[in-house]
Amino acid sequence: MAKLYIEDSKHLETLKPAEETVNFLLNYSQALTIIKYNKLKFEALLN
Amino acid sequence: MLLKVMIMRKELITDAVLVSNYINGDERSLSVLIQRHKQKIYSFIYSKVFDRDVTEDVFQDTFIKVIRTLKLGKYNEEGKFLPWVMRIAHNLVIDHFRKNNRMPKFDNSNDFNIFSVLSDSSLNAEKSIIKGQVEDDVKRLIEELPDDQKEVLIMRMYNDMSFKEISENTGVSINTALGRMRYALINLRKVIEKHNIVLTN
Repeated sequence: MAKLYIEDSKHLETLKPAEETVNFLLNYSQALTIIKYNKLKFEALLN
Repeated sequence: MLLKVMIMRKELITDAVLVSNYINGDERSLSVLIQRHKQKIYSFIYSKVFDRDVTEDVFQDTFIKVIRTLKLGKYNEEGKFLPWVMRIAHNLVIDHFRKNNRMPKFDNSNDFNIFSVLSDSSLNAEKSIIKGQVEDDVKRLIEELPDDQKEVLIMRMYNDMSFKEISENTGVSINTALGRMRYALINLRKVIEKHNIVLTN
């Protein structure tokens, strides 16, 4: 029986961030507002 | 079918357009960007740190930085989006290693041994005892010198004074001080040779 020298593709597919991380980032993005005042910029996190 | 069309349409929109849409307030564009590149970025970080939890942290920090930069309007579309994000991830990986004060493990299995170039310069217990004994012997020899020579030698070697300072302190000229130093060393050598004293570590 010939051996297959192929990497297990299942292993590669698991290399992605957790769902929670992605959701956190999207929520963070929505919560972050930049307030501009003249030349100044302020960051505000509104949950 | 509809989903497939949607995915195809999403693929058609370039990163640059998505970025500018996001800057203009379209939050969904960020979602598309993350979905599109998350695997590449995550794998890139994982290939450097080899730890799932750290990778997750660095991935999150990378996109927090991306989001803040984009929202603050500091992003300039000079290069491509993905290489820019990769660069941020790369810098954060370096920060991570710097913070933990360790770099990726050095492979010591080849014929090159890292310990052949690294050495511990501090003395071991035996050598430091010998060093102390040698220093005591030297001090005892110095005590045997004539007072004027002893004075100059102690000022020069132990008090680290310049010959100018020595001449000011002792009230003799610089040349006299230099001469006394010279005779002090000659006399020390003579005594050492005469008594076969070994003063090496």
